[in-house]
Amino acid sequence: MAEFLQITLSGLATGSIYALAAIGFTLLWQASQTINFAQGEFVMLPAFFVLIGMHVLGLPLFVAMLFALLLSLILLGAMFKKLVIEPMLPHGTLPIVMATIALGILMKESVKEFYSAEAQPFPALVSDRTVDIFGASVSFQDIANLAISLLVVVALQFFLNGTRTGRCMQATAQNPGVAEILGVNIKRMVLYTFLINAALATVASFLISPIYLAKFSNGEPIGLVAFIAAIVGGFNQIRGALVGGLLIGVVDNLAASYVSAQYRAAVPLLLLIVIILVRPQGIMGKAEGRTV
Amino acid sequence: MTMHVQTAPTATPVLSVRNLSKSFGGIKAVQDVSFDVQAGEILGLIGPNGSGKSPLFNCILGQSKPDAGEVHVNGRSVAGKRACDLNKLGVGRTFQMLQVFPQMSVLENIILAGQEHHGTMFSRLFGAPDAGLTGEAEKLIDFFRLGHLKDELAGSLSYGQQKLLDAAMAFMAGPSLVLLDEPAGGVNLTMLESLKERLVAFNAERGSTFVVIEHNMEFVMSLCTRILVLAGGRIIAEGPPEAIRSNPEVIEAYLGG
Amino acid sequence: MPLRNLILLLLGIAALIAAPLGQGNYVIYVLCSWLIFSIAAMGLNLTLGYAGQVSLAQAAFMGIGAYTSALLTMAGWHWILAAPAAMALCFVIGLLLGYPALRVQHHFLAFVTLAFNTLVFLVLRNEEWLTGGSLGLVGIMRPSFLGFDTMPQIHFYYFTLVVFLIVAALFWGLVRSPWGRAFRALRENPIRANSLGVDIRRMTLLAFAIGSSLGGLAGALAAPLVQFIDPPAFSLVHSLKILLMVVVGGSGYFFGPILGAGLVIVMPEFLRFTEGYYLMIYAATVLVLMIFCPTGLIGLGKRIAGRFKGQRVRADLKQGAQL
Repeated sequence: MAEFLQITLSGLATGSIYALAAIGFTLLWQASQTINFAQGEFVMLPAFFVLIGMHVLGLPLFVAMLFALLLSLILLGAMFKKLVIEPMLPHGTLPIVMATIALGILMKESVKEFYSAEAQPFPALVSDRTVDIFGASVSFQDIANLAISLLVVVALQFFLNGTRTGRCMQATAQNPGVAEILGVNIKRMVLYTFLINAALATVASFLISPIYLAKFSNGEPIGLVAFIAAIVGGFNQIRGALVGGLLIGVVDNLAASYVSAQYRAAVPLLLLIVIILVRPQGIMGKAEGRTV
Repeated sequence: MTMHVQTAPTATPVLSVRNLSKSFGGIKAVQDVSFDVQAGEILGLIGPNGSGKSPLFNCILGQSKPDAGEVHVNGRSVAGKRACDLNKLGVGRTFQMLQVFPQMSVLENIILAGQEHHGTMFSRLFGAPDAGLTGEAEKLIDFFRLGHLKDELAGSLSYGQQKLLDAAMAFMAGPSLVLLDEPAGGVNLTMLESLKERLVAFNAERGSTFVVIEHNMEFVMSLCTRILVLAGGRIIAEGPPEAIRSNPEVIEAYLGG
Repeated sequence: MPLRNLILLLLGIAALIAAPLGQGNYVIYVLCSWLIFSIAAMGLNLTLGYAGQVSLAQAAFMGIGAYTSALLTMAGWHWILAAPAAMALCFVIGLLLGYPALRVQHHFLAFVTLAFNTLVFLVLRNEEWLTGGSLGLVGIMRPSFLGFDTMPQIHFYYFTLVVFLIVAALFWGLVRSPWGRAFRALRENPIRANSLGVDIRRMTLLAFAIGSSLGGLAGALAAPLVQFIDPPAFSLVHSLKILLMVVVGGSGYFFGPILGAGLVIVMPEFLRFTEGYYLMIYAATVLVLMIFCPTGLIGLGKRIAGRFKGQRVRADLKQGAQL
């Protein structure tokens, strides 16, 4: 029982990080029908910005993190929208899918070539001590990850529901035509969405890199999990992406312990397929119109 | 014991709606509606917004399941029928929104509309690419006066021309019943005249039966032989256009809301 | 068929016949992979380009086809029987994979198929008793037909070419048949197609099944070409590669995937001198191409040709009508 609790708690901690990536993914989809296949790489890259800041520019950790956040907002937020997504929007989903796949490969290979192909240690934000909860030993790191992620999600929710800009963003996502008539600057709202996505990816990167180390190939598994979390949760809701992320984190962790190591990776995928077939709108989602 | 004997058994109605009811949540969209449509009729279905025309249409087309009542086309129930099966039963339809295949030529649009009614799955794979329908399709295209455009992509036609094509597609398979959902919507006056005139001519030549939902009163009154007026989910009036025009209840329903 | 097209077709076939003459084994190998991937990409083009159903699992079907045909030929079957068996298996599995497409579309479908590809990869890697696990299957024999042994590389090329030409001819017939029209109708407007009697459920499943079986055939050709197969050759990356071929070439066009496969297979060969940077240049090229020409090379070609010929009369009306 203690073991189960321990696995569940650490699953929740990693899951909450996945949720950040999944929420960003969902936001992009809502705002611009962009399926970002490079989302995993978006989480992989900021860690390297930090490492560059620390080891190349000699900045202290927190300054390097700010530097990384700024760089992410510019590159993964504004430039990504302006140079990659915007020109392709009129041509439907498929070119965007291809382009973001290519972008992911480009980011991954660039890190491999220009930084290192080896996994890099990444400084943890909190000490690696553990604490005893009902017999389960839980690391401070896990608790901090869970807390920070949830804080970010709550802040985001507050921003989207509680501020004027946030409500304009939601209106844009739901019905850009009407929003425009109401005087919302749609382009700016979409840009904000891309910036928020970049920021979420950056936070996820800071939290996950101490656990998995920073490595060029990290994007693929993280991206896949973020997709699954977004779909399981319902794709059109932040709450859904959060629940999806937490669920996948726990399921993945349980699978690692209780299912054969070989088929561990299959469990989240099967969950995905079952959810899509049984409840395509996701656990938390509302049904969208079906074509067939 | 008295037997109620149905007179004139030859006149099985093309469309028969019996005690149809449908509600959404607490709102009764269609309440106990019954009517028949005989072969060769052009029936207009009118009513103010929210009077239940669309839900009724959807029930007739098997798109939504009625809470009570039955719909028969040529004596066969439409319950549980998919759109493609219903089409094979002889029901053609157009949609409120324009629905053509923009990346196909006009001719291909029309051939597509007929091909599933000819041959088998096997012959459609190994037989002629046009399923032997080019001649028939060209005749129909000419009938709708689109002959000069037959090799153009449907998406490159003007709105009115696409509307004609849309209607032509519904007729290609020789349906016994055609349901037209706002055929006049968004069509300019000249095109409207030609659409109406073609529909009337088609009805006269082939004896096909139409049910038309329409907001454009002039269009309905001059096209239809009989009109049903819906309000609040019920039929409040029924009769030939001239009678409907002067029916106080109808005027009340439209003006009084 | 107009005379001009017939001459172009014959010239094209003559070029394909002449291509390997005087070339080394490696060049012929590259040509073989081009033809094989063209077949796989044609299959995906049917599913995606014509019928509009996104699939990210074509490499999985190549894998299923490759392993099935390899296991059967190693058990003593002739290729001519093993390949249809592989195709049939892929057809059935493709039908099953098509079922989710009846419920969900677009990105959801992309993820279901993506998940399926990864599951197939896991099975290939983990079921060692059948697939040899991560070591793969070694020593796959090349077939011989009535004394024509395909062991020499150039013989194998001609064998592949014959299969390719047969597939291309059948595919040409398929997309022009009423089935092809129904597939396109499914892509353009499934609801309207359904109301015109097109059984969209059946056509969706068939689009998946036929596309998948072509993937299986490509796999059944790839196995004897390399004579060795292992799971990574059929991982998700390769599905994306095949998708790339279709999109870059021009999805929904007959020659699109063939062109795309040529580009995707041959370009790395030209970029060989760049060594480590090759994937980056490759990705950047795709990115730029997608940004500037989302309809692929054939679309680009049409646009350029259109500019030379001058705008057609109705082309200007087109945008207005679509608004």
